[in-house]
Amino acid sequence: MFALVDCNNFYTSCEMLFRPDLRDRPVVVLSNNDGCVVARSPLAKAMGIPMGVPAFQVRHLEKQAGLVMFSSNYALYGDMSARVMATLEQLVPEVEAYSIDEAFLGLHGLPATTLPSLARRIRRTIDRHQGLPVCVGIAPTKTLAKLANHAAKTWPATQGTVILTDPARQQRLMSLLPVGTIWGIGRRMVGHLEQLGIHTALDLARSHPATLRKRFSVVIERLVRELNGEPCLPLDLLPGPRKHIVASRSFGNRVTERRVIGHAVASHTWRASERLRQDDNLARQMTVYIRTGAKDPNYYGNAASGAFAQPTRDTRQLLDMAHRLLDQLWQPGYRYAKAGVVLTDLCHRHQQQTDLFGDRPGSDALMDVMDRINHSGKGKVWLAGQGMQADRKAWEMKRLRLSPSYTTDWQQIPEVS
Amino acid sequence: MSVQWLGRASRRAPLCLPLFSQPVAAGFPSPAQDHVEQRLDLNGLCIKHPQATYFVRAKGDSMVEHGIVSGDILVVDRALEARHGDIIIASLQGDFTVKRLCLHPSPCLQPGNPAYPPIAIEEDNPPDIFGVVTFVVHPTRLS
Ligand SMILES: [Mg+2]
Repeated sequence: MFALVDCNNFYTSCEMLFRPDLRDRPVVVLSNNDGCVVARSPLAKAMGIPMGVPAFQVRHLEKQAGLVMFSSNYALYGDMSARVMATLEQLVPEVEAYSIDEAFLGLHGLPATTLPSLARRIRRTIDRHQGLPVCVGIAPTKTLAKLANHAAKTWPATQGTVILTDPARQQRLMSLLPVGTIWGIGRRMVGHLEQLGIHTALDLARSHPATLRKRFSVVIERLVRELNGEPCLPLDLLPGPRKHIVASRSFGNRVTERRVIGHAVASHTWRASERLRQDDNLARQMTVYIRTGAKDPNYYGNAASGAFAQPTRDTRQLLDMAHRLLDQLWQPGYRYAKAGVVLTDLCHRHQQQTDLFGDRPGSDALMDVMDRINHSGKGKVWLAGQGMQADRKAWEMKRLRLSPSYTTDWQQIPEVS
Repeated sequence: MSVQWLGRASRRAPLCLPLFSQPVAAGFPSPAQDHVEQRLDLNGLCIKHPQATYFVRAKGDSMVEHGIVSGDILVVDRALEARHGDIIIASLQGDFTVKRLCLHPSPCLQPGNPAYPPIAIEEDNPPDIFGVVTFVVHPTRLS
């Protein structure tokens, strides 16, 4: 048996937890660069604000209807997510953190009679300990647990928990849900399936798995089996060691200067190297890419990669490489929208045989000191290539409505009268 | 007295101070070094439910008689059920406030300062309790 625990309107719920004054206000959270709505509170949904709508199209509702808009505060959401996952781990032995606000739980060997009270306890505990509302769906497969959770979210009468162990109830629910509701069925697949007369989840469950495999893929055959209560997707409890690290960001405003894009790439390199050291890893390969807007008439996008003679975790070596790669990529005359740094071919520091000549003396100690200063909240140490604060404004993400990092930064104390 | 949000409980390694069973003699290898009995972890003492613990900063003087003064950091545990006599964080009219919860003789939020009146709790409109204050961090030296 599997459970899917999914936080309701996770980003807005995090924002509202620390703002009791917003309890009766519609609240939305915006995507990177404050582009469009990515999360809506129940009141914002009730107002008819659609998911994905550009921010400028709803801005007038701030004055007209008391709408409150927030930039994405990933420090806050990341911390709240970690709290939810750790709390779930105290409740059940097997937890797969599937996304920032969803977890699959393995409930094998539990008597069916205990499942309703377990579902309610999970809900109550997350509400109490973290202050976040969640819905819980329980079923014999992950795919059905997803549907059960969807039902718990959709119908208030369920009070946020749906136990889908009875095949008759599974079929009744599937007959109500369009096939596109199923986890893993994208919009294009919906088109294909509708042509075959498959409209509801139940239609798909009753299709012949082998025929669908021939026509599409083994993935969809597995989904059909899962819809019929046959578990094909196990819990993914051990996501292997990180294979690569990506640090990239869209610019707040288009960038045309080599100097400014250089600072952005340096800053991404710095972040990526910090993550590398947190995992105690070394990187053998680095890729830098830059591009204009995807739809720009004057489009340019390119990437360059380089390998290190010795795997490294030293920001200075990574920066040297980043600047050399950027030199190969840079073309003047374009309006750049995004830059990114990718570290690949990672290995653990202690699996690496040391080369007497490759390592810079004192490198580890220096990097440790810099990481510690930067995490202390007392200020930041920059390497010269990252540019000064004023320069950073030129490329940093637009986050004009960012809430304080209430739970991760001692310095971010909001003014309360 | 209102409260300000500060941060979460650290997930880094706990700060450990060795507790020696005997006074340490200075200047030469101490025989006490063989007798390190345990390491004291302030997080372990003050934070029983790390995932449910939040920090807030007190502002104002409404709780001075309960040992909370402006600027103090309060450790707030959401996992605890608030009982009579607990110091709690509640939201009142859209603001967070720290008060003592009194359930009898009549339910109210009791300030710790005679200059402030108690706030009666109406049965049909109870305050939203955010959590129970378990410790007060009060610096004694001006930095
Ligand atoms: Mg969710």
